[in-house]
Amino acid sequence: MRSAFKPIKENRHEYALFRRRALAGFLIIVVCLAALATRFHYLQVVRHDVFSARSDANRILTRPLAPARGLIYDRNGVLLAENVAAFRLEVTPEQAGKLDDLFARLGRIVPISEDDIARFNVLRKGKRSYQGVPLRLKLSEEEIARFSINRWAFPGVDVVPYLTRSYPLGAEFAHTVGYVGRIDNDDLARLDKDAYAGTTHVGKTGIERFYEERLHGEPGYEKIEVNADHRPIGEPLARVAPKPGENLHLTIDSDLQQVAEAAFGGRAGAAVAIDPRNGEILAMVGVPSYDPNLFVNGISKADYAALLETPHKPLLNRLLRGTYTPGSTMKPFVALAGLELGLRKPGDTVLSTGEFFIPGQSRAYRDDVRGGFGRVDLQQAIARSVNTYFYSLALDMGIDRFSAALGKFGFGKPTGIDLVGEGSGVLPSREWKRTRYKQPWFPGETVIAGIGQGYWVVTPLQLASALATLANRGVPTVPHLLRAVQTGIERPVELIGKAPPQASIIEKPANWEAVQQGMVGVVAAGTARGLGNDFPYVIAGKTGTAERYSRNDETWTSISASPIERHQVLFECFTPADDPRIAVVVALEAGRSGASDAAPIARKILDAWLPGDLERQASRPAVAGVAGGEP
Amino acid sequence: MIDELFAQLRYRFGALWRKPRIDLPLFGALLALMAVGLITLYSAGDLDRGIVASQAMRFALGLTLMFVIARVPPQALRNWTPWLYAGSVAVLLVVAVLGEGRGAHRWLDLGFVRFQPSEMLKLTMPMMVAWYLHGRPLPPNWSTLFAVGLLIAVPAGLVAKQPDLGTALLIAASGAFGVFLAGLAWWRIGVLVGTAAAVVPVAWHFLHDYQRNRVLTLLDPEADPLGNGWHIIQSKIAVGSGGMWGRGWHQGTQSRLEFLPEHTTDFIFSVFAEEWGLVGVLLLLALYVFIIARCLWIAAEARDTYSRLLAGAISMSLFVYVVVNGGMITGVLPVVGVPLPLISYGGTSAVSLLAGFGVLMSIHAHRRTPAG
Repeated sequence: MRSAFKPIKENRHEYALFRRRALAGFLIIVVCLAALATRFHYLQVVRHDVFSARSDANRILTRPLAPARGLIYDRNGVLLAENVAAFRLEVTPEQAGKLDDLFARLGRIVPISEDDIARFNVLRKGKRSYQGVPLRLKLSEEEIARFSINRWAFPGVDVVPYLTRSYPLGAEFAHTVGYVGRIDNDDLARLDKDAYAGTTHVGKTGIERFYEERLHGEPGYEKIEVNADHRPIGEPLARVAPKPGENLHLTIDSDLQQVAEAAFGGRAGAAVAIDPRNGEILAMVGVPSYDPNLFVNGISKADYAALLETPHKPLLNRLLRGTYTPGSTMKPFVALAGLELGLRKPGDTVLSTGEFFIPGQSRAYRDDVRGGFGRVDLQQAIARSVNTYFYSLALDMGIDRFSAALGKFGFGKPTGIDLVGEGSGVLPSREWKRTRYKQPWFPGETVIAGIGQGYWVVTPLQLASALATLANRGVPTVPHLLRAVQTGIERPVELIGKAPPQASIIEKPANWEAVQQGMVGVVAAGTARGLGNDFPYVIAGKTGTAERYSRNDETWTSISASPIERHQVLFECFTPADDPRIAVVVALEAGRSGASDAAPIARKILDAWLPGDLERQASRPAVAGVAGGEP
Repeated sequence: MIDELFAQLRYRFGALWRKPRIDLPLFGALLALMAVGLITLYSAGDLDRGIVASQAMRFALGLTLMFVIARVPPQALRNWTPWLYAGSVAVLLVVAVLGEGRGAHRWLDLGFVRFQPSEMLKLTMPMMVAWYLHGRPLPPNWSTLFAVGLLIAVPAGLVAKQPDLGTALLIAASGAFGVFLAGLAWWRIGVLVGTAAAVVPVAWHFLHDYQRNRVLTLLDPEADPLGNGWHIIQSKIAVGSGGMWGRGWHQGTQSRLEFLPEHTTDFIFSVFAEEWGLVGVLLLLALYVFIIARCLWIAAEARDTYSRLLAGAISMSLFVYVVVNGGMITGVLPVVGVPLPLISYGGTSAVSLLAGFGVLMSIHAHRRTPAG
C-alpha cells in the first residue's frame, strides 16, 4: 500500500488486481440487474391488475348518449311538443383563430347577437379546444346558404344539425305543457347525474317538468378509445343505444283550447274545462301567455325584458296561482252545505229587503238590487243570486261548519293536478285567520264569506275542480292532464290507470237536485238568462261578480269612472245538467259582470265542445240519451 | 504522393473487409440488440418508417466507425488519448458559450451535423482516466486519486452546468469505474462514498428546481399526476399493464395513444416492457448481461493496464445506462435523460456507444500484441 516506496509498476500484480475487481464489478452488476428484474416482476406480475385497469382508464372514455325526449300530444293526437332538426353554427376554438375578430367577420354574414356570444362563452367553459361550441342556433335556410358560400373564409366554423325542443302551438300551451331549458346548477343539484350525463335540457315548468322522468328516457353510452389529448381514435369499442322517453297523450283538446283562448279576445283571465266524470282537463287557458319556444335555448335579455313589461303579467300562471275572489260562484256550494247540514229545506224562504243586519249590529249587508228580491226560496236565491239568503244561511251555519263543509270541495288546498307550483287559495276559517292575522273571527266575516267575499281566494283550477265534484253529484275526482302514454313509437298507447272511485260527499241526492235546479234557473231565467239559447243540452251555471277592491279603498274611488275595472267576473257551468259531461269555469280579471263578460266565453267553449260530444253520444249505443231541452 | 496515400487507404479499407478484426459473439449480440431496437422503435414511432430508417442509418454510421476503430491498435489510441480528451473538453467549453438546445446548452451545430459534445466524453473520459492510471503505480494512492478526481470533475462539472445532470453523472461514473478497476482500496472507496453522502445535502442546494422536482416526484409521483408525476405514472402504467407476456407488438396503448411521453427516446424501455411483458424484459436484460460479461472478459484478456481499464470502464458504463434507464422507467430512480443503449432513438448516443465497442474490438483484436 505504501505506494511512495513502490514507484515501479508491477504489471503482474496489477493484472491480478484488475481480475479481482472485474469479478467484483460483474457481481455488483448482476446484483443490480437482478434487483431491477425484481422491480419489473413487482410491476408486471404482482401489480399487473392495478396497472392494467389504469391503462384502460386512461384510454377508454365512456361517452353518454342522450335519449330522445318523449313527444307530447293532445287527446286527438295533435303534436304539442316535438323534437325538430335545426341547424346551428359551431365554432371550434382550436381552429378558429382570434374569436373577437371571427365574431365581427361572421356577424356580417349571419347576424350574431350579444346573447349569442354570452351563451357561447358559457358553453365553451366545459369543453376542450378541439370540440365545437354552438354560437348561433336555428339558422334559417337563407343564413345557411349565405354562410356556405363564404365558408372558405372561416376555418373552424361549421353548420351542424341538432335536435331542439319545439312547441308548434306556442303560447297556447305555455301554462300547461310548459317548456324545457338548459340544465342549470339548481337542476344539477336535484337530478341524477348519471341519467343526465349527456342531456342538455330538462323540463322547467308544466307537463315538461312534472313528467320529466317519463319524458326523459334512459341514456345509452358508447365506449371510445381516446388518446392523451382525449381525442377519439377510431370506431366506438362498444355502444348501448339510449332508450327514448315516453310519448305523452294529454287530456286536453287543442281545438277547444284554441277556441277558449280566442274567446278571451286578449282580456286577462283564465278558463278551465274539465270532464267531471273523471277529472280530465279538456282545456286550460291563461291569458295573456308567452311563447315557450323563447325559453328553450335561453331567452334573450331583450325578449325577457319585453315579457316583463307586457301588461297583465304573461309569465304568471293564472290557472295555478291566480288569486280570484269567487264571489257568487260560491253560492251553490254554500246552498248545498246548508241543505246537507239540515239548516234549510229547498222550499224554505227568506225575505230579501235589500239590506241584511246581524242581530244587534248596525252594519248593513246589501243585496244587488235596491229594495231586495222579496221572499225567495233556495232555487230562486241561486238563480237570481240573492245575497240575503246566503248571509242568513252562513250566519246560521257558523264559520266552523261553513269551512268544514266547503273544505270537502277542495277549497283552501291544492287540487293535486299533475303540474308543479299550484297555489292553495284561501278557505276562510277561524284557524286560517288565527294563523294568518293572529286575530279572532268576527260574525260579519262569516256573513260575507257566505257570498264568496271577504277572505276567499280561489284559483281557477280549484274552482273548476270543486265545480266538477259538484257536477259529478259529489263524487270527487283529481283533475289531471295525462291521459295515456306510449313507451316507444311502435308500442301501443296505454291509458293511465284511473284512481279508484271515491264516495260522494253529498249524503242526500235530493239536495243535489235542488241546487242543480237553482243553477239551471240561472241560465233559464236568472242572472245568465239567454246563455242557453240554441244549445241542445240544459246548462246549469252560476255567475260571479266580485269586487276587486274594498269600497273604502282609495283605488275604488280612483277607478270608479270605469265600472269595467271594478270587478273580477266569473262564470261556472256544467252540462248536460242531468248527466254532466263538461264543467267550465271562466274568470276575467276585469269586467262589468259575470253574466255579460265571463258567461259568453263559457258558451263559446261549450259550443266548440258540443259537436264532439254529440258524435260520441251517437256512437254509444245504449246510453241515457241526450238530455234534450229548450232553455 | 497522392497515389501513395490512395494506395494506403485502399490497403487499410481492404484489410477492413478482408480481416475485420471483430469479436463475433459480441458483434452478434450487438446486432441482436440493434434489431430489437429497430423493431421496438417501429412500434413506438407508430409505424413511422422514416424514424426507423434514420436510426438504421445511424447504426450503419456507428458500425462503420466501430470497424475503423477496431483496426486502430490500442497503442495508438493511448497515444492520442490526451489530445482527444483535451479536444472534447474544449468543445464542451465552446458549447457552454455558443451552444443551443431545448433551453439547455447541449448541442453544437456544425452546419452539416448537430451533435452533443457531452457524448464524446462518454468515451474520452474513461480513455483519459485509463491513460493517466496507466502511468501511475497501482493501486492508486491519494495523490493519484486527487489528480484523477480533477480530470473527472472539470468536464463533468461543465456538463452538469449545461444543465444535464444525468449525462454528467454517467461521465463521472465512467471515470470512477476506471479508478475502481485500477484497484482503489476498499477503505478509500468507503471514505469517498461517506464524504459524498455528507455532501448530498449541500449539492441539493445547488440543484435546479426542475431537478429537485424530479427527485421529489420520484418519492411521490401521485402528488402532481398531470405535471411532474406524469412521466413516472404513465411509464409505470405502461410497464405494469404489460404483464407476464406483454400486450403484443404495437398493441401497447400507452405509447400508441401518446399517454407515455418520450416514447421513442428515454422511455422506449416502457414501450418494450408493455408490449413484450416480463418475459421480454428478462430476455433483454439477459442480452445486456451477456454483452457486459463479454466486454469484461475482453478487458480481462487485455495486455496492458490502459487497455484493461479502458475496456472495463466502458463495459461497466454500459451497465449504468441500463440500470439508470430501467430504474427510471420503473419509478425507482429520478427522471434523468439516460437512453437505453442501442434501443432508444437518438443518433449521438448510438454512434458513441458503437465507437466504444470499436475500442473494445480493437483491444480484443490486439490482445496478443505485446504492449509498448
